Amino acid sequence: MELIGEGIAEALRLLLNLDPEVLDITFLSLRLSGLATLLSLFFGLPLGTLLALGQFPTRRLWLSLINTGMGLPPVVVGLGVSILLWRSGPLGRLGLIYTPAAIILAQVIIAAPIVIGLTAAALQQLDPQLRLQLLGLGASRWQMIVLLWREARLPLLAALMAGFGAVISEVGAVIMVGGNLKGHTRVLTTAIVLETGRGEFALAIALGVILLLLTFAINFTLTSIQQRSVRR
Amino acid sequence: MLTLDQVEVQRSGRTVLTIPHLTVREGRLLAVVGPNGAGKSTLLLTLAHLLEPVSGQLLYRGQLVKQRDILAYRRRLGLAFQKPLLLSGSVLNNAATGLALRGMARTARRERALHWLERFGVAHLSQRSAHQLSGGESQRVSLARALATDPEVLLLDEPFAGLDAPTRERLLDDFQRMLADVDLTVVLVTHDPEEALVLADQMIVLWDGQIRQAGPPATIFSAPVDAEVATFVGVETIVNGQVVAARDGQVTIAVNDLHLDAVADLDVGRDVLFCIRPEDLTLWTAEELPTSSARNQLPGTIRRLSSRGPLVNVVVDCGFSITAQITRASAEEMALALGQRVVITFKASAVHLIAR
Repeated sequence: MELIGEGIAEALRLLLNLDPEVLDITFLSLRLSGLATLLSLFFGLPLGTLLALGQFPTRRLWLSLINTGMGLPPVVVGLGVSILLWRSGPLGRLGLIYTPAAIILAQVIIAAPIVIGLTAAALQQLDPQLRLQLLGLGASRWQMIVLLWREARLPLLAALMAGFGAVISEVGAVIMVGGNLKGHTRVLTTAIVLETGRGEFALAIALGVILLLLTFAINFTLTSIQQRSVRR
Repeated sequence: MLTLDQVEVQRSGRTVLTIPHLTVREGRLLAVVGPNGAGKSTLLLTLAHLLEPVSGQLLYRGQLVKQRDILAYRRRLGLAFQKPLLLSGSVLNNAATGLALRGMARTARRERALHWLERFGVAHLSQRSAHQLSGGESQRVSLARALATDPEVLLLDEPFAGLDAPTRERLLDDFQRMLADVDLTVVLVTHDPEEALVLADQMIVLWDGQIRQAGPPATIFSAPVDAEVATFVGVETIVNGQVVAARDGQVTIAVNDLHLDAVADLDVGRDVLFCIRPEDLTLWTAEELPTSSARNQLPGTIRRLSSRGPLVNVVVDCGFSITAQITRASAEEMALALGQRVVITFKASAVHLIAR
């Protein structure tokens, strides 16, 4: 109990003193996970839409693959990206291993299937006749898709939250491809692992509290937007 | 205005609609009726170019609707389904959806949408969330939305089905009044032939994806082409018979051991289906039978009485079962009961014969 109390006190001290190292780690975490989530959305929204609305022979196969991808073990993603970016690997000459870009790549691979799968599910739960109704009202294909996204915005926001939640809390793949380099690729989760290993429980708890607060703040914001839509 | 020519539509590799030729005339209301699965909605979606036929052509004002013209073509149409399919947001925004899609300025489109909400009696709900409306109100908004874009052709897929009877009646009345005020071509899909009779100028009966009969509703009701269409349009008595005498456009039909008169031009010996609508029959208690011009008088026994709202169907065994329809008030006045002896009369001209 004493340990937890000390940890929380240390967290408050670090936060109130705006400890530069903690702030750096926090902002890096936010930046990388935020970017990875946005990239996942950038690829995931159209691909999820294609899987939901498209009619092509391998659609079911792709949906199954994406659903499998939603439960992809992050360590396996870390291993795959490490092999890909390793100096002697296929993309080794890009020199991305142990860089923030490598972390983003791994996080996108983790989050994208979640966004794609949940986008497809969100659109498939809409009445199929709604597409015909919108086209019948004179919508172009693009206008129809935008209106369908609007109608499915609640589950789409949930997809965004799930994607962000998956990457902000991810540690295995991030350590493998980012290397946990101080000031460069050290994020909240990898810093917690490091401090715990070093027996610096107070600092680890402090970082854990910050991670929890951060996750809560972002999800609270997204939930507020989502619930405002419900009331309309 | 709209023409389908040699059109075949398939779904999941199966042919579900075959239309050699169909023309929807300008300013008219064409009702498409038929049982479930007959291909009515498929026909409507084909007309809206929301389903691509595997062969054949869709012509608009005599011009082929090409792939690159589909959006422009659809923007000449209005479409409403049985489900109102309203979007989240206010009623006003819903009614203005089609106008927004066409890029109309906000003020203008809200004004136009409000006008149509007024026409359908739901303007007072304009600021309410569309998902808080009753079924009837939602359908009114859906129709207002379809009409707000000032379409040249209105395509309706059972918009009055799924509503309770009083709501449906009121909406039908308002819709009829609205139709009288605007010059609009309408295609109305319905499984209810009575709706077609009330609203339509022309009617087609679809069966298994094919047009079984086309013509003015009154003609189809009084002269269905076969037993299935006859049953569908409410002919309750359909029995086999044979022409045993023919003279001056009038024939005598033998049905079991009975001889019945009908107005028709058929040869002696011809096998026919004898059809008569329940509302064309008059029911008498045995004692009160008057002298009348009705050529056919059949004594019989009441076998079944079934209530149909304000009406009562009376099934009488006259050697074959024949169903008459009378008002509840008449049934009560006549004190009809099962097993009671009655006489059914009908005119020769009320009989419809289908040659077999």
